[in-house]
Amino acid sequence: MTPENGISARFAGPVGDFRLDVVFSAPAIGVTALFGPSGCGKTTVLRCIAGLHRIRDGHLAFAGETWQDAAHFRPAHTRPIGYVFQEASLFAHLTVRGNLDYGRTRALASGREEKLQFDEVAGLLGLDRLLDRTPANLSGGERQRVAIGRALLAQPRLLLMDEPLSALDRASRDEILPYLERLRDQLAIPVVYVSHDLAEVERLADHLVLMRAGRVDAAGPLDALQSDPALPIARLPEAGVTLRAAVAGHDEAYGLTVLRLNGADLMVPGRFGEIGTPLRIRVTASDVSLARQPTAETTILNVLSARIVGFAAQDPYQVMAVVALGENGRGARLLVRVTRRSWETLGLSTGQTVFAQIKGVAVVTGAGSG
Amino acid sequence: MIWTPVLLTLKLAAVSTAVLLVLGTPLAWWLARSRVWWKEAVAALVALPLVLPPTVLGFYLLIALGPNGPGGVLAAAWGARSLAFTFAGLVIGSVVFSLPFVVQPIRNAFEAIGDRPLDVAATLGASPLDRFLTVAIPLARPGLLTAAVLGFAHTVGEFGVVLMIGGNIPGKTQVLSIAVLEMVETLQWRQAHLLAGGMVVFAFAVILAVSLIERRSREQRP
Repeated sequence: MTPENGISARFAGPVGDFRLDVVFSAPAIGVTALFGPSGCGKTTVLRCIAGLHRIRDGHLAFAGETWQDAAHFRPAHTRPIGYVFQEASLFAHLTVRGNLDYGRTRALASGREEKLQFDEVAGLLGLDRLLDRTPANLSGGERQRVAIGRALLAQPRLLLMDEPLSALDRASRDEILPYLERLRDQLAIPVVYVSHDLAEVERLADHLVLMRAGRVDAAGPLDALQSDPALPIARLPEAGVTLRAAVAGHDEAYGLTVLRLNGADLMVPGRFGEIGTPLRIRVTASDVSLARQPTAETTILNVLSARIVGFAAQDPYQVMAVVALGENGRGARLLVRVTRRSWETLGLSTGQTVFAQIKGVAVVTGAGSG
Repeated sequence: MIWTPVLLTLKLAAVSTAVLLVLGTPLAWWLARSRVWWKEAVAALVALPLVLPPTVLGFYLLIALGPNGPGGVLAAAWGARSLAFTFAGLVIGSVVFSLPFVVQPIRNAFEAIGDRPLDVAATLGASPLDRFLTVAIPLARPGLLTAAVLGFAHTVGEFGVVLMIGGNIPGKTQVLSIAVLEMVETLQWRQAHLLAGGMVVFAFAVILAVSLIERRSREQRP
């Protein structure tokens, strides 16, 4: 988490017709998502990190090296980065192999260590059968996989991805997401991932930088930002939290898997790997309700004791509450969307012990690093 | 001898095309990529031969290449008096005259590539020169091909400028178009027919080739 090892960035200045003014740092491991609505300056920040855009008043350091300050600006081609653009942007005059080799040969010629072998990357991204084809003969998803492979083979120490899924149709997106998860779990390269899609960010990111209108709203670990009821992401209809869990057991008779997370065990329908398998799960704020007494007679599988640790009024009629699981109130945090009527009728407030009734849990997939 | 002007014309066109590509490609790159406001003034200067009468262009070239112009100073370096009425003078004249036909298609091709492939190449560790040679040039290949064909053909077809600065010296400056004029004036109709007919076939082949190149490059664009 120390900025000396990760990224420390400050960019300020006019870009087109708006002003960019961002300061943030990101850890040296895991996926940091730059998240915000379209046109908030995310891509410009990424281009500044890559050295493709030079903003007058900027400072950028990565792993203790200064890439930009008042006196210096390292041009893009000398920065040890990989960049995946929104559109695959393959070189039309080269085959898939030629595209993959373009950055690789230059990285090796400049003395960079070959940490990622050609065959390893081709295998990881399923490119083996495409090598002799030209970009014109690939599907959208295949093209983007080649673009990711090309960026990885440039032996980057920092991988930058600019909405790599947004130009794809749903099928291609579902095809690529598992590859991105494998990248995150198997390679020790820090990633800065630009996206305006919350589901994508929750699936991939460990760390979040929330942007709005050229500024940083908040930055921090994904779960910490998700469970802050005052941030704009808590106002989204699909607001919720992503939590790390591990498989703790199976109930074969009822076809359930028991997941252990910080402060509680959850039961989810279906079978999700052997005992000990790490998973990411998501609990949507509107899928949780609160009760002051444990209700014995309910069809809801998961009724967990918790403590209210914070709340914020979302509008005159709704309250977003944050509860921490476990009786001591130190476990994983959930967001709960409650009507103001219920909130006041039950006399809820911070510090109270309650029972969180969880109607649905989505298993997102592998847990990721960190 | 009927072949002498034909060979001289082909030699002139080949040398001019080579010079045009070497000079025109960097110039087109600069016109396509630069953001200075006066680049359109340079572009207009390059395009002047499109509208100037060849005699006007030839007149100024004659002065420039003559003993008192910069061409004469240059010629003095290797002991000649003037570049006018020489093969070297013809090449210079042809290059100036055909420059817009070469620069325009290359510039269009470079502009059509856009920033993205060059940005990609930069993030993959390619220096500016590397990007130009390994990304811009290969992607602009149809434009370069069109430019070469047009430059060659336009040089073959020129008349006025050559007459002004080269005169009509058989074997030295008497190119095809001027040979036809002389044959007609001296009533050698059969030979005039041969040369003129050959030119028509050649011109047709060139125009067909250019449109085929352009169609292919359109089909290849993903």
